[in-house]
Amino acid sequence: MGEETKVIVFGLANEEYGIEVEKVRTIERMVPITRVPKTMTFVKGVINLRGVVIPVIDLRGRFGLPETEATESSRIVIVAAGDLEVGFIVDSANDVIDIDSDTIDTPPEVVGGIKAKYLRGVAKVGEDRLLIMLNLSEVLNKSEIIQLEHIEA
Amino acid sequence: MDMNAYLSMFIDESNDHLQSLNENLLKLESAPEDISIVQVIFRSAHTLKGMSATMGFEDLASLTHEMENVLDLVRNHKLRMDNFIFDTLFKGLDALESMVQDIMGGGTGKADVASIVTSLKSIVKGDYKDDSAAAKPAAAVAGDDGSTLDQFQSSILLQSIDAGMTVFHIVVTLRDDCVLKAARAYMVFDFLERSGEIVKSSPSSQDIEQEKFDRSFTVFTIASIPEAELRSGIESVSEIESAVVTQLDKESLQQLGVSTAQGAPTASASIAVDTVSAASAQAAAAASPAPTAPAGSAPAAPASGGGGGSRTIRVDIDRLDSLMNLFSELLIDRVRLEQLASEIRRNELTETVEHMSRVSSDLQNIVLKLRMVPVESVFNRFPRMVRDLAKSLDKKIELVISGADTELDRTVIDEIGDPLVHLLRNSLDHGIESVADRLAAGKPETGTVHLRAYHSGNHVFIEVEEDGRGINADRVKQTAIKNGVVDAESAKRLTDSEINMLIFAAGFSTADKISDISGRGVGLDVVKTKIESLGGHVSVESAQGRGTKFSIQLPLTLSIISAMLIKLGAEKYAIPLSSIVETAIVPREQIRKIHGNRMIDYRGSVIPLVSLAQVLGCTSFPEEEEHETEILVIRKGTKLCAVTVDEFLGQSEIVLKTLGKYLTNIEAISGATILGDGQVALIVDPNALIK
Repeated sequence: MGEETKVIVFGLANEEYGIEVEKVRTIERMVPITRVPKTMTFVKGVINLRGVVIPVIDLRGRFGLPETEATESSRIVIVAAGDLEVGFIVDSANDVIDIDSDTIDTPPEVVGGIKAKYLRGVAKVGEDRLLIMLNLSEVLNKSEIIQLEHIEA
Repeated sequence: MDMNAYLSMFIDESNDHLQSLNENLLKLESAPEDISIVQVIFRSAHTLKGMSATMGFEDLASLTHEMENVLDLVRNHKLRMDNFIFDTLFKGLDALESMVQDIMGGGTGKADVASIVTSLKSIVKGDYKDDSAAAKPAAAVAGDDGSTLDQFQSSILLQSIDAGMTVFHIVVTLRDDCVLKAARAYMVFDFLERSGEIVKSSPSSQDIEQEKFDRSFTVFTIASIPEAELRSGIESVSEIESAVVTQLDKESLQQLGVSTAQGAPTASASIAVDTVSAASAQAAAAASPAPTAPAGSAPAAPASGGGGGSRTIRVDIDRLDSLMNLFSELLIDRVRLEQLASEIRRNELTETVEHMSRVSSDLQNIVLKLRMVPVESVFNRFPRMVRDLAKSLDKKIELVISGADTELDRTVIDEIGDPLVHLLRNSLDHGIESVADRLAAGKPETGTVHLRAYHSGNHVFIEVEEDGRGINADRVKQTAIKNGVVDAESAKRLTDSEINMLIFAAGFSTADKISDISGRGVGLDVVKTKIESLGGHVSVESAQGRGTKFSIQLPLTLSIISAMLIKLGAEKYAIPLSSIVETAIVPREQIRKIHGNRMIDYRGSVIPLVSLAQVLGCTSFPEEEEHETEILVIRKGTKLCAVTVDEFLGQSEIVLKTLGKYLTNIEAISGATILGDGQVALIVDPNALIK
């Protein structure tokens, strides 16, 4: 048995993702987002989280998935990694589970079309449930995105 | 006793005293005859010595003590200030500063100050002036250190020699690390008393008991034991470094006696002349400031005495910051309440909210004022810096500071020190010419650097202006092209002021040789970035051969600003009021097109018209359908520009918030604020709208 970790589970395009609970500040319902001009397209803008201005990014857009309209179940997961504090728009967030660190495998080359470097691993929960563990610092790494945009331009 | 509780107070007060020492020494350097300044310096040094001794920082205390000795002589007209003394005292101050820095950093404040202490001691002894003079020992014996005898003492000694007793002159030096100087000295005295009779000691035995002496003291004694025994007896006392015992005969005694009678040593003529001239100059100095001193020191006394002046307390900066943050929250709620009150329309509510608004704006003034610090706290280190730099560059430079009482928010103050250092160094190194060049150019040999601070509107301006060689536009252009800052084609089209701004570009340096003072040209672009990160601007004006002026425009505060709220379709933005000149409505047909750019007529001149919706990529505002357009006229320096908006929402005090670390350097946006309805509105950076 490895160590038990608590993970917040959220859904994105029919898949389930996990972030360690200590990296999640809060989970909020959708609130009005103020658009910030001239940023990456997946940056939806900023919100007021009890007096603090926090940028919000659409995780679908960040992973290159088609973006959809927010629904009743959409949530903003506020995460803190290093000195960055960012909100992720996800399709749903409704579960906290314990996983055994032994059950986390290194990710296969391609998972659900997402570049493997954003992933820390895939955890097997129960018999037929797979949880994709996110590598937060890579998801929030901007320099790589900026490089990509330069190449495309 | 737990000293840690007092440590922060000690550090604060030491810094204050060091600052005052620095300032007053500089003042004294320009007016060396003014003994009232010496008094102030002496008091500061004395307090500092006492404090550091109490706190157990021995090195700090002993160095201060040495400096105090020198100052004491000056104060009592026994010594005249000269360049060597000033340099040594400044060196001593630097050492003290670094020790205090060390203590601030958790260190023990220990430092090797032996060379400074030696110089200070030689000043006290008065033999620094003639290091080369062969008569140095004579000066040491007959000099200022009190080894001279009055007639009574010398007659006793002479009689003792006549009576067949031996008379000795003994110089005892204690070890550097001696802790109980008075006790060791007492042991020496005790031994001498047992083995003979002490005729005279210098300093007096009273002073020695109170530890009022340096490492050494001299004694004339009539001893009943031989020289060797005397020496070994003294040296057997622990912590004694050396004891120099000289047997005196009639002849040498008479010499000492004669020298006292004449007031000048019989040694070499040069020393005699030196001493006499110094003495007469002292007399003159003593005579001339005497009548003015009471008048000069009288107004200074209440200020430095601190009894009457304003009463202050020291407050932890973090507490002020949290007060500010709490107040910001309150301000957001106030705006929210005002909005609710105007919706609910109940008299009692409206009245209460209005009253609260008034109280909170008073509170805002006070909170902001609390954080205001005079720029003096940054400026006051510059005179010293300029003095040292000028010396090392071998230039003559006068720094003129004005408006040091101008106040700025503490957060701004903390940040502007380094950029100003860069600018001043740059002015001194590259701006002001060498003395020879200046004379050749028909300028006075002393270059002047003005450092000015003043208020204007919601901004504070700081200017560094010198009368040096000015910026060589051609050379700037060539270097810029060479270093790839601009290409040759576009360089041709640049105006002079645009060329001057090139010196702020990254990787730019026009210095032909790299000096250790203003470095490799990394300085100025750092200055620009820093100032802009504070919401300010740097600009430069220069006239070749006549000098250069750098001016920095800074916001008064970084946390609360007045802004105009505007609407673009569904989006709301805030524009700092400080850069808005006026608002207006222009009919569509008055907008002209010149060369594809939209322009409007504004009070007789044609200014460009910028669509804010276009700049910000806002799609919910169909600008083309409007018959009349609301415009804001904004200003950046002398340039004006009109900005089209959808609707004015009104003026409001807004609290600046950052967009967080994830979103940095967003074009045309300088930050965000939270509106009364809880929504975030972005703050437009007007300077980005004017190209």
